[in-house]
Amino acid sequence: MAHKFFINCDEATTICDKSQYKEASIFEIFQLKLHFLFCKVCALYSKQNNFLSKIYKSKATSCKKQSVCISSKEKEEIKKQLEQLKSEVS
Amino acid sequence: MAEQQHILHPDFWVDKHSDYLFNFAIARVNNYDLAKDLVQETFFAGLKSAKNFEGKASERTWLVSILKRKIIDYYRKINSTKGQAEVKMNFYEDGENEGSWIEERVPQSWDNATEKSIENDELKQQLDYCISKLPEKYAMVFTMKTIQEFETEDICKELDITSSNLWVMIHRARTQLRKCMEDNWFKK
Repeated sequence: MAHKFFINCDEATTICDKSQYKEASIFEIFQLKLHFLFCKVCALYSKQNNFLSKIYKSKATSCKKQSVCISSKEKEEIKKQLEQLKSEVS
Repeated sequence: MAEQQHILHPDFWVDKHSDYLFNFAIARVNNYDLAKDLVQETFFAGLKSAKNFEGKASERTWLVSILKRKIIDYYRKINSTKGQAEVKMNFYEDGENEGSWIEERVPQSWDNATEKSIENDELKQQLDYCISKLPEKYAMVFTMKTIQEFETEDICKELDITSSNLWVMIHRARTQLRKCMEDNWFKK
């Protein structure tokens, strides 16, 4: 993708996705901006992509708050199976 | 000073480590039952190879390293599974239109994409549904990167993939998610 100014929509949206994580290079951003001058569809994609990133971010934040645990009943089951396996191994 | 030798206590594994391992697994596979199975398999594999434990790492570190191998095995399995839900292409793959948008998948403008709607619970449910519709490996990589916010380098290391590989998967996941969200939510 490097060393060319004009890229296709597939390449442009790939850079756009990468830039959502701030991991696109300066040259890639340049290729993307140049592409937007000619392509309104990808410009719209980019706008929607920014919006979707906010939704993903909000989901990430709510996910981080919850730590999930295995129920004690399930833990007992695993213990039992471990016991059984132990007697088989030894 | 002699280095501290770690010893394994399998009788306490479930109580001491299962929640930690479970959270480690679910952050990567995003599926309760699967994460539970992986933890269980980790304990089993740990028990079977307990005699190889050298005591250099802590018990937990050692169990995590086993779990990591289980996760990469799982990733390789879903990566090679034939007949899995194929990702829908958004761009022409060859011919003179290579790399251009496929007409019926061109983004349409959204009327109801307002800042207010971001916190909407139904919207989040819709997103979960759309993520569940992705081929499993795309869902896995997308979730690790976007929802768990892992570093690119760490994901590549854990799943043994290249960064360009990762970005292609992120790109396919995001374009497919965009289309799914548009069809089910934003065009209503």
